[in-house]
Amino acid sequence: MSQHLPVLIVVVPLLLAPLAALVGNWKAAWIVAAAASWWAFGVSIALVRRVLAEGTISYEIGGWAAPYGIEYRIDLVSAFVAMIVATIGAVAIIYARTSVRAEVSEDRGALFYSAFILCFTGLLGISVTGDVFNIFVFLEVSSLSAYALIAMGQDRRALTAAYQYLIMGSVGATFIVIGIGLMYSMTGTLNIADLAERLPAVADNRTIPVAFTFLTVGITLKLALFPLHLWLPNAYTYAPSAVTAFIASTATKVAVYLLLRFFFTVFGAEFSFEQMQLDKVLMPLALVAIVTMSLVAIYQDNVKRLLAYSSVAQIGYMVLGISFASVLGVTAGILHLFNHALMKGALFMAMGCVMYRVGSVRLERMKGLGKKMPWTMAAFVGGGLSLIGVPFTVGFVSKWYLVQAALERGMWPVAAVVMFGSLLAVIYVWKVVEVAYFQEADPDDDIREAPLGLLIPTWALVIASFYFGIDATTTADIATRAAEVLLGVGP
Amino acid sequence: MIALGLFNYWAVILLMMVGFYTLIARGNLVKKLIGLNIFQTSVIMLYVSMGKVAGGTAPILVEGAEHVVYSNPIPHVLMLTAIVVGVATTALGLSLVVRINEAFGTVEDDELRDESL
Repeated sequence: MSQHLPVLIVVVPLLLAPLAALVGNWKAAWIVAAAASWWAFGVSIALVRRVLAEGTISYEIGGWAAPYGIEYRIDLVSAFVAMIVATIGAVAIIYARTSVRAEVSEDRGALFYSAFILCFTGLLGISVTGDVFNIFVFLEVSSLSAYALIAMGQDRRALTAAYQYLIMGSVGATFIVIGIGLMYSMTGTLNIADLAERLPAVADNRTIPVAFTFLTVGITLKLALFPLHLWLPNAYTYAPSAVTAFIASTATKVAVYLLLRFFFTVFGAEFSFEQMQLDKVLMPLALVAIVTMSLVAIYQDNVKRLLAYSSVAQIGYMVLGISFASVLGVTAGILHLFNHALMKGALFMAMGCVMYRVGSVRLERMKGLGKKMPWTMAAFVGGGLSLIGVPFTVGFVSKWYLVQAALERGMWPVAAVVMFGSLLAVIYVWKVVEVAYFQEADPDDDIREAPLGLLIPTWALVIASFYFGIDATTTADIATRAAEVLLGVGP
Repeated sequence: MIALGLFNYWAVILLMMVGFYTLIARGNLVKKLIGLNIFQTSVIMLYVSMGKVAGGTAPILVEGAEHVVYSNPIPHVLMLTAIVVGVATTALGLSLVVRINEAFGTVEDDELRDESL
C-alpha cells in the first residue's frame, strides 16, 4: 500500500470526483469532497516525510519502466508543492461547506464539489508527475474545472470572467503543448529526468530555444506574471469566495512550480539563465509587477479585486526570487510560495465571511465592521500584516530571504523595490482597516459575526501564518533543500 | 525544394496564426472560440507531422512482414488526448457563451464591456 502512495494521492480524488456528482445531494457530495481532500492531505504529509528521510521517490505507473512508461517522480519540491495544495484544499473544503451553501444554488452543490475535487486532483497531479505530457493533461483537468468553478459566482460578471480565463488559459496551455512537442521532436522522450539528460546534446539547435520560448510564455500566462495577468483580477473577484480562496492560494503556486521544474530541472539553470538569459526577462517583469500592481491595488473599491491585484504583485516577489537563480533566491521564491498561500488564503476567506454576512465586499459596505465582525476583521488584519511583511509573520520571512538574495548579488536597488512594495502594501491594507475600524457603521443594518464554520478555517490559516513566521526553521529548511535539489548543488 | 518538403509545417504555421489572430482580433465570443479551435487544431497537425516517418506504416506487428518501417505512434496517441481536451474546452466555452447570452443579452465583446460597467 505505502509504496503506491505517489499515485494514490491522485487516483483516489480522481475516482471520488464522479461519485460526488452522482450522489446528487450537496451534503453527501460535500462528505465525498472532504474525504478526497483530507485523504490527499494525509498522503502529502506522508510523502514529504518520506522524501525528507529517503530522498526522491520514483513510481512506475502500471509497472512500465521509465522512460517508456509514465513515471511519477517526487522530489522535495514536488512533495512540498503537493503538500501546500493539499493543505489549502483540506482547509478550504471545511470553509466551503458554509460559504458555498450561501453563494451557490443548492441544485448545483453536488456538481460544484465534483468540479472542486477535479481541480484539486489536477493541481496535485501536476506536482507529482514526472512526465511532461502528463503535466499538460493535469493542467487542463485543473484549468477546465477551475473555469467551471469561477462561472458559478453569484454576479453575472463571473461568466465573462470565466470566459476570459478560459480563452487565455487555453492559449497558455496550448503554448505549453507546442513547447513540449518541439522538445519531443528533438529528444524523442517525454520523461523529465530523461529530457534533462538528452537536451544538452541538442541544445545548439534552433528548435530547443523556440521550445523554451513557447514554454516560458505559456507558463507565465498560467502564472499571471505581469503583463499576462489580465485574466486574474476578474476571475478572483467574481468567483465564489471559497473558490477564490482555494484557487488564489494554489493555482498560481502550481504554475510557479512548473516554472521551477521546466527551467531548473528540464532545461537546467545554465541553459535557462546563462544561454537564454531568462533572468533579464523575468526580473524586470517581476519588479514592474510588484510596483504597478500594488499601485493599482490601492485604487480598488472592491476588496476582493484589491487582493487580486495584490496577488499579481506577490507573484512578482516569487518570480523575482527565482530570477536570481541562486540557492538563496530560489529558496525565497519557494518560501514565498508557501507563505503567500497561507496569507492570501486567510485574507480571501476573511472576505468570504464578509460576503456571507454583508453580501458585498465593496469598501463602502464595510464601514464599522471592526466592531460588528471583530473576529473576521482581526483575521483580515492578521493576513494583512503578513502581506506587508511585519516581523513575526510569514511575509517577513520570505521578504527577509528575498532581500538577502538581492544583496548577495549586490543588487541593492532591487532590495529597495522589495521594501517599496511593502510600503505600498501598507497603504492598501490600511485602506480596508481604516474603513472597517474608524468609520461609523450604519446603525440600521444588523450584521453579526460570521458563523464558526467560516471562522475556524480562516483562523487556522491566520494562526499558521503567524506560527511559521515565528518559527520558520522547518519551512526554510525544506525550501533551502528544495532549492539545492533544483540547482543541482548539495546532496 | 526543402521549403516544399516542409509543406506540413507551413500549413501548421498558417493555421496557428489564423487561429491566434481570430482569437485576438474578433469581438464575437463564438468567433473567438472558433479561433481557439483552429489554433489548437494546428498543434494536432504539428504533432502528427512530427510522428510521421516517410514511407512508414501503422505500427502493427504482422507475421511475415519484417523490416517494415513504422511511423512513431506516440505523438499520434498524445493527440487523441489533445483532441479530447479541445472538445472539452470548446464545450465549456460554448456553454459559457450561452449563459453569457442569457445574462447579458449579447455575445459581443464591446457591448459586454459597456454592460459590465
